[in-house]
Amino acid sequence: MAEVLVYVDHVDGAVRKPTLELLTLARRLGDPVAVALGNGAANTAATLAEHGAVKVLTDEAAEYADYLVVPKVDALQAAVEVVSAAGSLAAVLVPSSAEAKEIAARLALRIGSGVITDAVDVEADDEGPVATQSVFAASYSTKTRVSKGTPVITVKPNSAPVEAAPAAGAVEALSVTFSAQATGTKVTGRTPRESTGRPELTEAAIVVSGGRGVNGSENFAIIEALADSLGAAVGASRAAVDAGWYPHTNQVGQTGKSVSPQLYIANGISGAIQHRAGMQTSKTIVAVNKDAEAPIFDLVDYGVVGDLFEVVPQLTEEIKTRKG
Amino acid sequence: MSLRIVVTVKYVPDATGDRHFAEDLTVDRDDVDGLLSELDEYAVEQALQIADEADDAEITVLTVGPEDAKDALRKALSMGADKAIHVEDDDLHGTDAVGTSLVLAKAIEKAGYDLVISGMASTDGTMGVLPALLAERLGVPQVTLLSEVSVADGVVKGRRDGDSASEQLEASLPAVVSVTDQSGEARYPSFKGIMAAKKKPVQSWDLEDLEIEADEVGLEGSWTKVDSATERPARTAGTIVKDEGEGGKQLAEFLVGQKFI
Repeated sequence: MAEVLVYVDHVDGAVRKPTLELLTLARRLGDPVAVALGNGAANTAATLAEHGAVKVLTDEAAEYADYLVVPKVDALQAAVEVVSAAGSLAAVLVPSSAEAKEIAARLALRIGSGVITDAVDVEADDEGPVATQSVFAASYSTKTRVSKGTPVITVKPNSAPVEAAPAAGAVEALSVTFSAQATGTKVTGRTPRESTGRPELTEAAIVVSGGRGVNGSENFAIIEALADSLGAAVGASRAAVDAGWYPHTNQVGQTGKSVSPQLYIANGISGAIQHRAGMQTSKTIVAVNKDAEAPIFDLVDYGVVGDLFEVVPQLTEEIKTRKG
Repeated sequence: MSLRIVVTVKYVPDATGDRHFAEDLTVDRDDVDGLLSELDEYAVEQALQIADEADDAEITVLTVGPEDAKDALRKALSMGADKAIHVEDDDLHGTDAVGTSLVLAKAIEKAGYDLVISGMASTDGTMGVLPALLAERLGVPQVTLLSEVSVADGVVKGRRDGDSASEQLEASLPAVVSVTDQSGEARYPSFKGIMAAKKKPVQSWDLEDLEIEADEVGLEGSWTKVDSATERPARTAGTIVKDEGEGGKQLAEFLVGQKFI
């Protein structure tokens, strides 16, 4: 059976959820072979094996953290060569994080393959994998395939379920020779983000967002309280971020994160195209806005026309009461 | 020695317009008004600021696209860039990101450069991989997705805000940089700038000028193929209630019904 390379996104050995979703998709195309790089790479093996990785190629060189992007491209290229030499390689799947997309593109160019980014589904077909993409602010859905080389496809979070599928997950050291470009861009400092204790925005099952109507950074406390009552991530519209009320890392929309949760709750957000581009594929959409004409109401499954300062706290209280 | 900055820009269909696909499944660029991709304005702005700091600098804006794409170049020139290069060729129709990176890289090399600055992504394709592809092709450092950037003594430094950490980056020139919409608001062209732009040189190159064969680009030369494009059905109209004092509770009822609570 053909093998599929899966690039592992992990933090010091803790595998992030989108990688497990990739394993689900990879199993449709062949036997998943995971590639884990950097500090803690070997510690990813147990989790990856539980979700279908037949092999885990690892390398813990310091270069992956000390220099930007290129060392990881070198490593994936080495993995492509190892797997291709031993058998047939059906595809390379990579999570759609900003960095992993850059890695995927450079890898594709090097190995002479086409690249597809931000797939929301990947299916097997006689002529190779077919990727579904959501384009033009999610107003169109396209099906695309790679017509040259080994398909390199980046996949957005929440595109597939995480499934248990125990496999061997045998750890093998990956031998990587770094290219001349590998040390070109030095990482001279790194400040980890402070954890809020809430789920990662792009991975969360529920996202609660605030926009212009929240009217001040101090008022985001009521958005956070609603989010916490549901175990949700907090998002913000560009208007709220530009006003300095909430960090850019939480921005949902074209220039921020694109999310596709089970439930999206938009509070005081009008629903400009900029914002819709980042949340339109959410399964269920709910909005609270005082303007009955706001375009966000065209998208909703349920909408409340009203003052969010009345509606949101009442909703939070009700959820807390019901959850006991 | 003058600092040669090349800013890559894209002419895109207006995102607020009714964007759709042409019969050959390429982006329809005729029926919707086009403009300079908003995210490229940030690249032009940072180029202008870096040029201000340098003793001597020259900013060239570069685009690949049909005749109308000149509008994007004019906008960048009116913001303050010095000159422009327009790569235009009928054989380019349908070129994918990998092909576009070939054309841009050849044009950048032909123009001569110390620093390439791009936006974080286009507002139509939104792939965000072009700067990385350019760095790969040019064989120079990639210093991308910067929210802060500065250049001094032949070194580019910047801050890259990632999901799990904020990183400080550093590389020697020549290099490829991309900047985010957090890098600083882009200036509006002044009346003087708009008038001056009309006199600034816009050079036109075709594939032959760049020694690129027609089969390396276009739909045929593309390494990806779009099989179908389907308009997403409009979301079915939901229930909308007016808050009469019980809006929060009604919303909670809905969420219970949907099993979210």
